[in-house]
Amino acid sequence: AQNAPNSDWEKKVTEYFKEKLKENNATNWVPSLNDVPVHYLKPNSLVKFRCMVQDMFDPEFYMGVYETVDPNTNARVLHFGKYRDVAECGPQQEIDLNSPQTVTSERQTFYCVPVPGESAWVKEISFLTEPVLCFLNPWPHAYISASQARVSPSTSYTPSRHKRSYEEDEDMDLHPSKQKEQHMACKSCFPGSGGDIHGCVEPKRLETEASAGHHVISPNCSPPLDLNFPLPGEKGPACLVKIYESWESFKVNDVLEVFGVLSVDPVLSIVNSEERDSSSLDPMECMDTMEEQRVHSPPASLVPRIHVILAQKLQHINPLLPACLNEEESKTCEFVSNFMSELSPVRAELLGFLTHALLGDSLAAEYLILHLISTVYGRRDVLPLGKFTVNLSGCPRSSAFTEHLYRLIQQLVPASYHLRMSIESMNHSRFIPHKDYTANRLVSGLLQLASNTSLVIDETQLEQGQLDTAGVHNVTALGNLITWQKVDYDFNYHRMEFPCNINVLITSEGRSLLPSDCQVHLQPQIIPPNMEEYMSSLLTAVLPSVLNKFRIYLSLLRLLDYSISDEVTKAVEEDFVEMRKNNPESVTADDLHKMLLVARFLSLSAGQMTLSRERWLRAKQLEALRKARLQQQQCVNGNEL
Amino acid sequence: MSSPASTPSRRRGKRGRGSNPPTPQDARSPPSQKRRTDDSTSTGDLQPMPTSPPADAQSPGAADALFSSPPQFRHSAIPLDFDISSPLTYGTPSSRVEGTPRSGARGTPVRQRPDLGSVRKARQVDLHSDGLADDIVATEQSLGQKLVIWGTDVNVASCKEKFQRFLQRFIDPLDKEDEDIGLDLNEPRYMQRLQEINMVGEPFLNVNCDHLRSFDENLYRQLICYPQEVIPTFDMAANEIFFDRYPDSILEHQIQVRPYNALKTRNMRNLNPEDIDQLITISGMVIRSSQLIPEMQEAFFRCQVCAFTTRVEIDRGRIAEPSVCKNCNTTHSMALIHNRSMFSDKQMIKLQESPEDMPAGQTPHTVALFAHNDLVDKVQPGDRVNVTGIYRAVPIRVNPRVSSVKSVYRTHIDVIHYRKTDSKRLHGVDEETEQKRFTEERVELLKELSKKADIYERLALALAPSIYEHEDIKKGILLQLFGGSRKDFTHTGRGNFRAEINILLCGDPGTSKSQLLQYVYNLVPRGQYTSGKGSSAVGLTAYVMKDPETRQLVLQTGALVLSDNGICCIDEFDKMNESTRSVLHEVMEQQTLSIAKAGIICQLNARTSILAAANPIESQWNPKKTTIENIQLPHTLLSRFDLIFLMLDPRDEAYDRRLARHLVSLYYQSEEKMEEEYMDMAVLRDYIAYARSYVNPRLGEEAGQALIEAYVDMRKIGSGRGMVSAYPRQLESLIRLAEAHAKVRFSDKVETVDVEEAKRLHREALKQSATDPKTGIVDISILTTGMSATARKRKEELAQALRKLIQSKGKAPSLKYQQLLDDLRAQSDIAVTKEMFEEALRALADEDFLTVTGKTVRLL
Repeated sequence: AQNAPNSDWEKKVTEYFKEKLKENNATNWVPSLNDVPVHYLKPNSLVKFRCMVQDMFDPEFYMGVYETVDPNTNARVLHFGKYRDVAECGPQQEIDLNSPQTVTSERQTFYCVPVPGESAWVKEISFLTEPVLCFLNPWPHAYISASQARVSPSTSYTPSRHKRSYEEDEDMDLHPSKQKEQHMACKSCFPGSGGDIHGCVEPKRLETEASAGHHVISPNCSPPLDLNFPLPGEKGPACLVKIYESWESFKVNDVLEVFGVLSVDPVLSIVNSEERDSSSLDPMECMDTMEEQRVHSPPASLVPRIHVILAQKLQHINPLLPACLNEEESKTCEFVSNFMSELSPVRAELLGFLTHALLGDSLAAEYLILHLISTVYGRRDVLPLGKFTVNLSGCPRSSAFTEHLYRLIQQLVPASYHLRMSIESMNHSRFIPHKDYTANRLVSGLLQLASNTSLVIDETQLEQGQLDTAGVHNVTALGNLITWQKVDYDFNYHRMEFPCNINVLITSEGRSLLPSDCQVHLQPQIIPPNMEEYMSSLLTAVLPSVLNKFRIYLSLLRLLDYSISDEVTKAVEEDFVEMRKNNPESVTADDLHKMLLVARFLSLSAGQMTLSRERWLRAKQLEALRKARLQQQQCVNGNEL
Repeated sequence: MSSPASTPSRRRGKRGRGSNPPTPQDARSPPSQKRRTDDSTSTGDLQPMPTSPPADAQSPGAADALFSSPPQFRHSAIPLDFDISSPLTYGTPSSRVEGTPRSGARGTPVRQRPDLGSVRKARQVDLHSDGLADDIVATEQSLGQKLVIWGTDVNVASCKEKFQRFLQRFIDPLDKEDEDIGLDLNEPRYMQRLQEINMVGEPFLNVNCDHLRSFDENLYRQLICYPQEVIPTFDMAANEIFFDRYPDSILEHQIQVRPYNALKTRNMRNLNPEDIDQLITISGMVIRSSQLIPEMQEAFFRCQVCAFTTRVEIDRGRIAEPSVCKNCNTTHSMALIHNRSMFSDKQMIKLQESPEDMPAGQTPHTVALFAHNDLVDKVQPGDRVNVTGIYRAVPIRVNPRVSSVKSVYRTHIDVIHYRKTDSKRLHGVDEETEQKRFTEERVELLKELSKKADIYERLALALAPSIYEHEDIKKGILLQLFGGSRKDFTHTGRGNFRAEINILLCGDPGTSKSQLLQYVYNLVPRGQYTSGKGSSAVGLTAYVMKDPETRQLVLQTGALVLSDNGICCIDEFDKMNESTRSVLHEVMEQQTLSIAKAGIICQLNARTSILAAANPIESQWNPKKTTIENIQLPHTLLSRFDLIFLMLDPRDEAYDRRLARHLVSLYYQSEEKMEEEYMDMAVLRDYIAYARSYVNPRLGEEAGQALIEAYVDMRKIGSGRGMVSAYPRQLESLIRLAEAHAKVRFSDKVETVDVEEAKRLHREALKQSATDPKTGIVDISILTTGMSATARKRKEELAQALRKLIQSKGKAPSLKYQQLLDDLRAQSDIAVTKEMFEEALRALADEDFLTVTGKTVRLL
């Protein structure tokens, strides 16, 4: 009853979904694996997932088209294998593995994890259907109400339409048979966990279950499966994402948003466990070690599969911004220009906010803004351009200042991680991802982060002590990350370089032991008696809507273009020559680098895409202030000694 | 059915590595053995077939069909002692005909080739179910009968004939491989190989597919597309020739042909479903190998009731246990007898694509390999290998209890041939892999580029464009990347001449030395980057480690060995400790590394160029001091650097202006623009790789003359003022630089221009680095003795003055040290430091004029 194989339908599927998802916020109707626990989602329905590619497995050959035979009647039926894990066939049918009709195709599997260090506010705001709504009421959102809101459309919306379209078939009478298949699937997966199966038959019950609000993740799974999150203490579903088209364009650590068919067929896990029991004779079994199997085909309840129909790289994960800014859509432009018009008050407010956060130090706050909008915008051979690592020295050690500062930053940036440096953490944590050849996977490390993640390194807690080999490697890796914006992943027999784009902020008492682009010495104007109270009141004082504007501000400015006119270039040249004339020792090429960086981000922070003379002077002034402060600090220290 | 007695003599069931010791039975008693195998075969033919009934019915017919054209085949009935009708032997030319027809071959048993066989059976079983009679179908053609193997266009007879012709006739005098030692290139290559087999007794014939292709394109295509049908045919052909020539030869089993270097696929990433069941060659690195797995090939069953025995072939990893005894019809009476079943060795190996093949930002792919029999344990994790084999995809087993099947195939490669690539790296340049990398268009492009007049400047500009100016330094590094020509003087007793160029960068902090090093490290395929501070002598050379698993001693190579044929970048060279640096002496001139450690004594090649960066000793360059005083490196080491560049802050207004403009442009140009402006890093890399492997310039007559002149000039300038300013080592440097410059032009001849540039660069670098701060004259003796000639002269003068002073004191046998110093100071018109005084004393002591003991000076 099915069509003969032609490659056209595959294109049509992608186009169809592309069109559908463009329609008024259709993307928001698709349930997201990030927000909704797997067992509330209906198997074989359309889902989306915002994730980072953690590892790439080997390409898979699968049966693109296969044939089943009924041994009794000898009836042969062709099936399509795309977007599926399991080759389905009826109870009376067998798959004919040697049929000449079989078409073998290739797909790629990525192991994806939620974006590491994703801030809580990103997750919460992503719940809401309309981005505009966030301005009104972004904050405390009870999980249950949200999930209810999300689950119900998914069950009522997806089945009839999407099911059919990925089922390659245009004729309408397929529907009953489809349902039969669903029943079939239920029967076959009965031994597995029960919850999700009821879902596909009785959507109503699912809803009631959802509202009960128990979202314990898979109670009957084997506990020690390491989901391989880069950062410790991360939660969320890891996912095997199967990509059918142009997978070459994706790289490790890319942030993707994928739309695809969720596959949690318990058969996947059953096949595994049974194979393990009877593995003695299967020659294929000895191919993979137990570890490898566990990693490459983990239970579907823990690591669901998504068969991707559409995948796109995300420039940013800020839900307050339109997903793609390059598109020449009127809506996007409107959004940007609207925001640009009110840029300067936002900047002023943000500066004030950060000044308070940095205990009244406005210079440090200014530099912090520059740091937060910095991004590696290019590489000139090995030299990354646009990185702006700030070392905030002079942080008070006793009070939990750095801790609270991080919390504030967390509220502003979409992804961040707080790395508390201590002898122990340096010696014992895994910074560099390394390849585990027994399990054949890339074991993640702290430094496997997505682009534009803020890494806040706290050096104030570091004590004297002995670093062991691992510790030295870790510190070297941090140094490399800061200087070259790259991490050398350890492949045991060789190392491989992965470029990255991570904003590093180092808080320390004195000068940091790590390299940095610019050191700002903090000069607190006020020392609040109770740091905690002070900081939290600071946060509550900001209106949520203002906070959101801060967030948009920081994410948006990162993506802007920038140029320097010939005129200003001349001026800068003159200036540099002049400065060198007076004192060739004090101004080096490095200083010019720094000043240009500061000027760049200063202009951008004011929403200007070109450098003006005033900004250049202002940048010089800022640098001079900063240097004077450092010098002063050195004098103070010198006197103390 | 074969008699039980013959079982032990089976080759293919043997456990362990069977290759070395020939099995005694075969070796010693060929006649009786021959007799018996013949017998068993014939009985095998006549006996009722116990296994799969359809096969029984068809196989005789199949045999007829196949062997009707070459009649001797029929007679050749296999000296195998298992049943002819078993699915394994059925229809495959390998199993059937492998038993070579000539008498000489009979004694040599056939060894089953699991590397070819594992999946094919599935296809046959399937055919039966389809009701197709045979996998060999006669296709009637207009010109008469032509038989092809089912599903292919391979005609066994013609294929065999062609291959035999290939073996007998293939000559390629130009092609040289490194295994070709002792081969006469003008004689048929493979006949010599067969002769070798006869002498050595290793029954494997490696065939380069490239040769086959140049000989017969069609045969090559068939081999690539239908390896499991064609290779057995090749086996057959090779055996016929072999036993025809050497009828008395005794081999452990029949010759197996192992093709390699199939050009089908080079990169693991390019494997796709179309490659399934084809012969492919891929390169990669072994990352894991499993233990040896005994794989059952054939199960042996015996009836508990009547002791009737039967054999069952393993089909897709399963044994179809006979439920009924054919003899006594008792059900469930058959029991497996383990020690009479047959096993073969098998090993699973994981191959990962080599780092060079990987696109940036992706993780490496892996592929599983199955090695069989004597290919087991041939490679260890960490080895770089080229694997030739058959690519397989197997559906994941149908689970009887669940109706659905995972729709994914497992893929692996059945290994036919390994070729290690990195073991060669220690012995010679691996040209094969490097040469094949360029497509014709690319070569065209590179050649086009090389014709440009300003290619040298162009390339220098393309090198590290983000680093401003320092043009001469970039040119120096460029020449280093190209390297000189390798010269072999072993026959005259001087060994290899160094072709690598070593460069030292010395200069103020913040002059982007590290960045240059990083750039070079990223550019060259075998670059290593270390920092002087963090590396020990051991880390640079090699160390012996005990493998925790095998308890074996393993030699782990360090940065210098790893960068063999590459560049080793050493940052913070001055911070390196003395003992570590001393390791470099050998490497930098002899290009080898000697290791004597924990019972391992060896000499490793380390033909690496060294690019070192050092800060001046006072961290800021002191213009009042000489280079030596600024760098504070041992002179022995310094003289081994061909070029020593100073990277100083020029403090010049015009320079500042240009620098500023350059930096500003960095901060707003988008990436695309940058790429337009400069030559692509990839092109640069290819250009260098191409030049390194293809261009080998020799000194021309004129250039030689120019070099002589240059050298004489260099010495003349010095000798005119009583100083020697050039040493033979500098002449060698000059030659290397000139050769490298010729390579840049893709020229096979070093010409005067090259010498001119070498001279200029040498002078440029030296002018800066060896300018005597007191005289302003170029003086290489600074580099060789650490002291400028004027300083040396002054020292001599002082010594003479001291001698006069002492002599003037008359006959006093001993003098007070302090008194003498004071006297000398009073007498001399220049300030005499204590050090200078001591040096003068030492000089006199060397002349046996006096001795110094404690605070007194004695005359002799």
